[in-house]
Amino acid sequence: MTTVSSASPGLSKDTGVVSGNRLYGPLPDVQGEAGYETDHPARVGFFTDTSVCIGCKACEVACKEWNTLPMDDSHGTKDAMGLSGMSYDNTGQLGANSWRHVAFIEQSRAVDLPMPVFGRPGDDRQDIGQPVNPITPTADSTLNAQTSVLNAEALSEFDPQTGQSGSDKQIRWLMSSDVCKHCTHAGCLDVCPTGALFRTEFGTVVVQGDICNGCGYCVPACPYGVIDKREDDGRVFKCTMCYDRLTDGLQPACATACPTQSIQFGDLDELQARADARLATLKGQGVETARLYGRDEADGVGGVGAFFLLLDEPEVYGFPPDPIVTTRDLPSMWRAAATGAAVIVGVVASAFVGRKR
Amino acid sequence: MSEQPTSGNEPAGEAPLTPGAGWHRAGGEDLTKPRRKRRRGGGGWGSGNREAAMVPDAEFSSYYGRQIIKSPTWKNPEVPIYFFMGGAAGTSSVIAALAEFTGRPKLARNAEYAAGVGALASVVLLIDDLGRPERFLHMLRVFKPTSPLSVGSYILSPFSALASAAAAVRLLDLKPVYGLATRVLPFLPSISGAFPVLRKASAVGAAAFGGPMATYTAVLIANTAVPSWHAPYDELPFVFAGSAMAAGGGVTMALTPVDEAGPSRKVALTGVALELAAMHRVEHGHGIVSEPYSIGKAGKLLRAAKTATVSGAGVTALLGRTRAGSVVGGVLLATGSLLTRMGVFEAGMASAKDPKYTVIPQRARLEARQAEAAARAGTDDPHEAKSVVR
Repeated sequence: MTTVSSASPGLSKDTGVVSGNRLYGPLPDVQGEAGYETDHPARVGFFTDTSVCIGCKACEVACKEWNTLPMDDSHGTKDAMGLSGMSYDNTGQLGANSWRHVAFIEQSRAVDLPMPVFGRPGDDRQDIGQPVNPITPTADSTLNAQTSVLNAEALSEFDPQTGQSGSDKQIRWLMSSDVCKHCTHAGCLDVCPTGALFRTEFGTVVVQGDICNGCGYCVPACPYGVIDKREDDGRVFKCTMCYDRLTDGLQPACATACPTQSIQFGDLDELQARADARLATLKGQGVETARLYGRDEADGVGGVGAFFLLLDEPEVYGFPPDPIVTTRDLPSMWRAAATGAAVIVGVVASAFVGRKR
Repeated sequence: MSEQPTSGNEPAGEAPLTPGAGWHRAGGEDLTKPRRKRRRGGGGWGSGNREAAMVPDAEFSSYYGRQIIKSPTWKNPEVPIYFFMGGAAGTSSVIAALAEFTGRPKLARNAEYAAGVGALASVVLLIDDLGRPERFLHMLRVFKPTSPLSVGSYILSPFSALASAAAAVRLLDLKPVYGLATRVLPFLPSISGAFPVLRKASAVGAAAFGGPMATYTAVLIANTAVPSWHAPYDELPFVFAGSAMAAGGGVTMALTPVDEAGPSRKVALTGVALELAAMHRVEHGHGIVSEPYSIGKAGKLLRAAKTATVSGAGVTALLGRTRAGSVVGGVLLATGSLLTRMGVFEAGMASAKDPKYTVIPQRARLEARQAEAAARAGTDDPHEAKSVVR
């Protein structure tokens, strides 16, 4: 039995696919790198499809209830209630007490030409090949959209979250349920000096509350600003992807509660394939701004376990546009520090050389 | 994001999709963004974030101006003081070991005291910073080279043990202390002959960890997602090394008679040169991420640090061979070193708070990569590649 370690994959001895140090880059078997036997479960994850998020915050509530997280305000202050003063979002951010956070971004755009429609664009379109609603055969495509929100055809020809407001202006709400990314190369795990943060057999990253001594190093190490310290407790907390539920064969609470399947849980491979198909569908429908975030296994964190389909630039949602795990550059830092230490010894030694005075 | 060619599937009746489809934050002027002249043409209120990134102060998007990464939760000023103490103690321990063997008893004694006090203070400050101080020993349950704090724990533990041991044995040279200690530990007189050997061995052992003790703290802060700490990761260890030499040299110089303190003066002056050179690169070599080092509270602290350091070096060079000059110079150098650590700490905190330091460099990096990919993909459509670079 190999010892499961909380070390970074950069330290495991067997050589994998990637040569050199493995502090970054794709890592096909992240659990194997952490010391699990080959019969470990498949890596699981979240695919959060923000194009069908309705901002209901059921995920936030389910998470708080299941994990008995304390109340906090939009700045993470525990046991405080207060309005953020921005949109419908009073959760504000991920933190020690909020492991799901639904972002609300209200956007508008000018429409250059008079739109030949009333209501939402696409409402007047007869969807060819769409099954006729058996109850009201004359129902328009809007009803189809409402009764079958995941039906790709129902979403065609209009940006999924677009509405019309006035004659020359469109409004849309971007809503996105943010969560810990469970990175392939997790900065928090890399820098944890106690081994409190570890890689589970599901490929997720979890804090062991009985080990954490509250040094706080993981907090600024996370490129996404996910993990945080609960001040009165002294330790750090973040999403566990409901490790307790996973070990009992259940889905995480947030994915279970999501009424629109915006949060999809499953094996990461399968979710990635599903996300690619969904992106192709949206692109085919003219949603040019759709893109996957965190899907690319060649990115700065080796791809993430919880990735997203977004309709605008990542930073609009509060995501870093090009995150890189900080430990990627650690070998260079250690070299500089070793050189610096040698310089100190060398300078002091040479100061003692020569005439005594 | 013009890497997406239009698909021909744009909804009828709309102008060809602009990159980003023209969406921007609703509600008129976006107060979270820097004020900027409205783009002419292009229709509507502009496409927001697209033309950001290449130049500092460019427009960028954020989620209601909120910070992206979390600010470090480390205590201020405890943690910068810890950086200072570690540096001063580390350099002092190396000075102590060499002074032991070059016939400079007073320098050796004072450097051992400085190293011991600094080492013990470091331990206290580090434990005090933990959210669960009683779990300090959890630091030693694993060893992780990817965690500078883990490596640092394995540097600090032996360093503080050995440095304080050397200082403790040195204290036994004082008659009242020896008398008191003998009452508690009655066997002391029987081993008193081994004191010099014990002391020298401890001093040498501490000196072996002294250099790493002074520089690992630079890796500690550089190995974070904090933009202004991470970007200068190759220079910060030299800033800390220089600052540590200025502090350690300064402190031992101030404590020691001038005829023995020659090495301390040289160490301090070399340290100042190294610190100023490395700090110059930190402050000017990293584009927008260098900015927090010159503005706000960090800028003030670092300007004060530079004043103290330069004047301390001047006093040391000119008047270092007088008692008063070495005390004034040493105190100024130590003050400069402490202010440098505080300034570096503040600069990182400021860069964590403002999303622009996270977004703009990352977007520039992303767009440069996309431009490179587009250039590599083929020269058949140079126009396309160009529009990505903008």
